[in-house]
Amino acid sequence: MNKKSSYRLLQGNEAVAEGALAAGINFFAGYPITPSTEVAEILADRLPADGGKFIQMEDEIGSIAAIIGASIGGCKALTATSGPGFSLMQENLGFACLAEIPLVIVNVMRGGPSTGMPTSPSQGDVMQARWGTHGDHPIIVLSPSSVEEAFHYTIKAVNLAEKYRNPVILLMDEVIAHMRARVSLPPESMVERINRVHPNMPPEWYLPYERSATGVAPMASFGDGYRYHITGLVHDAKGYPTASPNECRDNIRGLFTKIERGFREICLVDYEQMEDAEHAIVAYGSMVLSARSALEQLRESNCKVGLIKLGTLWPFPRFALEQYLPQLKTILIPELNMGQIYREILRVNAGKAVIEKLNRVNGTLITPSELVKTVKGLIR
Amino acid sequence: MISNSQLVNKYFRHNKKFPHIWCPGCGIGTILGSMLRAVDALALDKNEIAFVSGIGCTGRAPVYVDFNTLHTTHGRALPFATGLKLSRPELKVIVATGDGDAAAIGGNHLIHACRRNIDITTIIFNNYIYGMTGGQYSPTTPHGDKAYTCKLGNIERPFNIAALVEAAGATFVGRSTSYHTLQLQNIIKKAITHKGFSVVEVITHCPTTYGRINKKGSAVDMLSWQKEVAVDKTRAAKMDAKELEGKIITGVLMEKELPEFCEQYDKIIAEAQNQQ
Repeated sequence: MNKKSSYRLLQGNEAVAEGALAAGINFFAGYPITPSTEVAEILADRLPADGGKFIQMEDEIGSIAAIIGASIGGCKALTATSGPGFSLMQENLGFACLAEIPLVIVNVMRGGPSTGMPTSPSQGDVMQARWGTHGDHPIIVLSPSSVEEAFHYTIKAVNLAEKYRNPVILLMDEVIAHMRARVSLPPESMVERINRVHPNMPPEWYLPYERSATGVAPMASFGDGYRYHITGLVHDAKGYPTASPNECRDNIRGLFTKIERGFREICLVDYEQMEDAEHAIVAYGSMVLSARSALEQLRESNCKVGLIKLGTLWPFPRFALEQYLPQLKTILIPELNMGQIYREILRVNAGKAVIEKLNRVNGTLITPSELVKTVKGLIR
Repeated sequence: MISNSQLVNKYFRHNKKFPHIWCPGCGIGTILGSMLRAVDALALDKNEIAFVSGIGCTGRAPVYVDFNTLHTTHGRALPFATGLKLSRPELKVIVATGDGDAAAIGGNHLIHACRRNIDITTIIFNNYIYGMTGGQYSPTTPHGDKAYTCKLGNIERPFNIAALVEAAGATFVGRSTSYHTLQLQNIIKKAITHKGFSVVEVITHCPTTYGRINKKGSAVDMLSWQKEVAVDKTRAAKMDAKELEGKIITGVLMEKELPEFCEQYDKIIAEAQNQQ
């Protein structure tokens, strides 16, 4: 077996497709949409050779429905889309949250709202990813900031979906999706693959929504001899609809509890030059690239600036900020939206440091020199 | 044929609380009964059956029966079933859906499932109305009939579901009523056996909403109407247009063999693996 990493020049969307295959994705359903289509095209080519399956559905509502169905059949399932398609998926995303179906949605963000700017970068879907479907529900959202991360975060997304029986959204901006970079692809044996826990008790003992000690219930695939009911209605441990206040509470609270228990594992955060930092830039996605470059220039002129890079956006990794609040004077949040993570930072900061946002919604990026200028202005 | 008590014991869930949610006189239970008898006559293993539904009165059918059951979102039973079938081609996938679920909110999925010819059996419970929400007009409410969102009469024309799915490419189309339980059972049996996308439209009644506002009488009266207007395909062939006015033609209306989606996909897999 080949134990060495291979190096390839990949586009972000290609890296997602490679990550999906490395993670064991064997079912894809999707609908063509810019700027995510490459993921579908690559997987349409590659899945059958691996024994996996690809289907192009009539719309994005059907796409997410099909991957839910396939996941219930025991497949590891993924779809890829962009803003308008992501909007169409919201209802069934809620179904997957409540019925606890593992799946991954890749949303390559375009400028919005509506048809918006289909080929321009944006980070406008951060709050939609969190709250787009109706009702209280937990969600896991990862956002890669490089092509290599697009590969690794896709694997992570699949693994988290399987482990927590929850939909995971990979939120990419168009820059990461279409940027090309040299990526080190680990050999198959080095890729961690997590599979959902299947029941091992006799079928007559199986309660499909009885949570184990981990907070997650074992999931039987249809056809494996465990005949049970899956519904989008609030349900009891048997999976049957219920109106009992106690059972409804247990159902909804249980969804949150399992994600809360995994909070630290789910949260991907990196810190760069934060040890002595008095000022921080909090960034995710392509804004990390601008921030890194700005950091270099700022450090050269002896500004004590660091970077907090958010890989996980939801659940919001509040500790990433909290641990540095005592040493921070100012925090800058550059975003390609009107300020979405900014509000989370405001909430966590609770008045301690000076918070500044830098926003852009015209389809272009925030440049390093603009960041340098803004940080210097803040310091002054 | 299996007795009613045997049917209940064998196919109803023993750990599920009853009664069911359907109104007295509802036709859905009768149709479900015909489906269970068809499944029993085919001697299918309960583990091999996936019973999928959407939203509405019909959507509640799967929860009561002891199969792999999936109660999805409004109109989306077919794409859920498509993903499930493609991931587990060995499963017999049966979809229960109402007229609003199948032909309004799920209309796009319905025609594309027909076109795709994936091996799924879809039973459309057509009672001309949205029953669960209290009686609003549906895509099959006859022109001129009343509902609680068209109290002065429906100005839209209804879909002919059987004709719609045939035109969209379904490879098996049957139609029956909730009065003709034996005929229905036999058609469902053939539909399940058919390799490809099969649709069985079942004309049924909602005495609580459609029946009440349109003064159609009791459930028994509505069943009697189904008995009167239904004409078997073979008998209909001998009748002229005037005699057929107001009649509903029943039976296996169309059946043809075309390549099935999952089987074709298996060939794609074999070819892709050959090229490696």
